[in-house]
Amino acid sequence: MKPVSVVEGQMVPLPHANIDTDQIIPKQFLKGVKRTGLGPNLFYDWAHDEEGEVVSGFVLNRPEYAEAAVLVAGPNFGCGSSREHAVWSLADAGFEAILAPSFGPILENNCYQNGLLPVVLADDDAEEFAKLAADPANSVTIDLPAQRVSSGDFTASFEIDPHVKERLLNGWDQVDITLQSVADIDTYESSRPRFMPALG
Amino acid sequence: MVLYPWQPTSAVSDQDLRFPTLMKQPQTMLDKVWDDHVVRSAPGEPDLLYVDMHLIHEVTSPQAFESLALSGRRVRRPDLSMATVDHGIPTVGRELGISDPLSRHQIEALEQNCEEHGITLFGVDDLRQGIVHIIGPEQGLTQPGMFIVCGDSHTSTHGAFGALAIGIGTSEVEHVLATQTLPRAKPGSLAVTVDGDLPLGVTAKDVILGIIREIGVNGGHETVIEYRGSTITGLSMAGRMTVCNMSIEAGAVAGMIAPDDTTFAYLEGRPYVPTGGLWEEMVAYWETIPSDADAVFDREVVIDTTGLEPFVSWGVNPAQVVEVTGRVPSPDSFDDPLERDSARRALEYMDLEPGTAMTDIGIDRVFFGSCTNARIEDLRAGAEVIQGRTVHPDVGAMVVPGSGLVKLQAEEEGLDRIYKEAGFEWRDAGCSMCLAMNDDILSPGERCASTSNRNYEGRQGRGGRTHLMSPQMAVAAAIAGHLVDVRAWQ
Ligand code: SF4
Repeated sequence: MKPVSVVEGQMVPLPHANIDTDQIIPKQFLKGVKRTGLGPNLFYDWAHDEEGEVVSGFVLNRPEYAEAAVLVAGPNFGCGSSREHAVWSLADAGFEAILAPSFGPILENNCYQNGLLPVVLADDDAEEFAKLAADPANSVTIDLPAQRVSSGDFTASFEIDPHVKERLLNGWDQVDITLQSVADIDTYESSRPRFMPALG
Repeated sequence: MVLYPWQPTSAVSDQDLRFPTLMKQPQTMLDKVWDDHVVRSAPGEPDLLYVDMHLIHEVTSPQAFESLALSGRRVRRPDLSMATVDHGIPTVGRELGISDPLSRHQIEALEQNCEEHGITLFGVDDLRQGIVHIIGPEQGLTQPGMFIVCGDSHTSTHGAFGALAIGIGTSEVEHVLATQTLPRAKPGSLAVTVDGDLPLGVTAKDVILGIIREIGVNGGHETVIEYRGSTITGLSMAGRMTVCNMSIEAGAVAGMIAPDDTTFAYLEGRPYVPTGGLWEEMVAYWETIPSDADAVFDREVVIDTTGLEPFVSWGVNPAQVVEVTGRVPSPDSFDDPLERDSARRALEYMDLEPGTAMTDIGIDRVFFGSCTNARIEDLRAGAEVIQGRTVHPDVGAMVVPGSGLVKLQAEEEGLDRIYKEAGFEWRDAGCSMCLAMNDDILSPGERCASTSNRNYEGRQGRGGRTHLMSPQMAVAAAIAGHLVDVRAWQ
C-alpha cells in the first residue's frame, strides 16, 4: 500500500445521508475476480440512465469536477454491504479521501486497507466543507500528520486511531504487521482449551 | 507473555471456567467473548483477535486468494474455513450449468481456491449448499462464544448464538486466510432490551424493523448490540437470527443474543457439534458467556412490544418503515433536514404519495427468501397463511429456500406443494433476488414485497421498488396483490 500523508485536490459534494455501497457500486459489477478497472462503474446507476447514457447533471459527471480527489459525503457514508469493490471503484476513479460525519463500519475498514482516507468530521464541519465543495474552484488540503483539513480560510481537525494513522503514514501492509506476531498466534492456538468451540 | 483467561483452570469445573480475577469486574457478553480471543494486546494498538470460523463465498473472496498467491502465502488454517456458493448462483435450471459466464468463472475460481488450499466447500451440487449465514447455523458450525468473520455484512446473523460475528472486506478476508486473526479496536456496547409478548401476527422481523426505526440506520454505530429481554429470549433460534441479521442495518458492528437452553437444544446433534463429554464441557463454557447481571453497557435502549404491529418499509433504507395500518409519511414530518431530504428522495424513487395508506400499495412481485427469512420456520409460517388461497394473477411470486437442506425439509413436510399449488415458484437455494446478481431481478418500476433486509435503491434490480416485511406479510401480499395486514387473516 502506498503511504498517505497529505491529500490535496478538488472536492466534490454528495452530502446525502446513508449513501449505501449498493449505490457506490451496483451488484452487476461484483462478478469480477480482479480489483482493478472499477472506476467507470462508480455510482453507475446515478451516473447513467437506463439506456446506459451518461447523466450529465449528476455531480460526478460535471466537467468542472473532473479533477475531484475528495468526496464530501453525508453521515453513514458507505453503509450496507461489505463489498470492497466500493472502495476499489472510488480509488480507481481518482478519489484519495472522503470527508463525512460518519462512515459505514465495513467501508471504513476497507478504506484503510486501500490507502483511501476516510476523514470523520463533526457534523457542522462536514456541512461547511459540503458548502465549499459546491464551488468547484475550491480545493482542500487534508494533512494526516496534523489531523487537519482546510479549504481557504476554513480549517477543521479530525480524530483518527493512532495505530491506523501510523499504518497509513507508512503504507504498511496489515498482513505483514500481523505476521510479526506469529509466535503469539502459535501460543494462542496451542493453549486453547478443548471446550472452546472449534471446527475440524 | 499473555495470560489467557482459561490458563489457571487445569480441570474444568462448572463454577470456575474463568480466571477468578476477571470475575471481579462485571462483564458484558461482548467483553467475555472478546477477551477469550485476544491473541495479542498492546497499548495504543488494536487487539489481535483469533478467528474461530471464517466463512467464504464466491463474490468477495477471489481477489483475496489472488493476493495471497501473489505474496506467496498459504492459508494458515484451512480447517477453520468453510465455503459455499450463494450470491451469484442461479436458483433455477442449475442442472444445465451456470449460463452467466462471469458468475460461472467466479464459482469456478472458488472451487479451485478451495481445492488448492484444502478448504471444505459446500458447492453447487452439494445438498448442504445455501446462503452462507443459513448453512453455518444449520450445520452446527456456528457455536456460542465463537469469533466468526465472513466477507459479508450479514455475518451478524451468527450473533444469535452468542458468537461475536462481523462482516469484513476482501483485504481482511486475505488477512484472515493468511493469519487466522483480525486486528480490531474494541467497539462499544449497546443493550437493546425488548420486553413483552409478541402480539398475534407480529414476528421477529417486525421486532428488528421496529428497533431500526427507533434507533436509526446509524444508531448502532461503533457498537455491538446485545438484544435482551423477554421478547428476545422467547424467540426461536430462527427468530433470533432474523433479529441479529439486521444489526448491520442499524449500523452496528455486530449483534449478539445470550446463549440459553433454546440455543443448546437447537445445536445438539447437528453435524459439526461435538457429542458426549465434550458437548457437556462446551455447554458448561457456553453457560458462562451471557453478560453478568450487573454488567454495564455504554448505552441502553428499551423497546416495549405492547401495541407492536407488523411493519412495512415505504422508503429506501430499513429505518424508513411504518406500521402496516399506517400511511406513507410526508417528508415535512421529519425535523432533521437530512432525514427530510432522504424521505423526499425516497418517495420520488418509490413513486409514492404522502398520505397513501400502506395497504393501498399494489405490488407486482414477491420475493420470499434471503438470510433474514428463508429458514424452515419462515417457510412454515408463510405456508400457514395460504389456506387454499392463490397468488393474485397480476403478481409473480417466488420462494427461495435458504439452503438445499431447508428446501429438502420443506419438501418432506409438503410445503413445496402448498406454495406451488398457490402459484408461487419454488426455487433452489441462494441469495437470489435479495441482491439480484443472478437472473432473479426486478424490472425498472416493478414493486416487490420482500422478506429480505435491504430496500436500497436498485437493490433488487435497477428501478425496482422494494417493500420489506415479514414472511407472513409477504405471502399475504402475494395473494392480495397489494400490501395487506396479515392479522386480519389470522
Ligand atoms: S441473502 Fe442477501 S443479505 Fe443475505 S448474504 Fe445473500 S445477498 Fe447478502
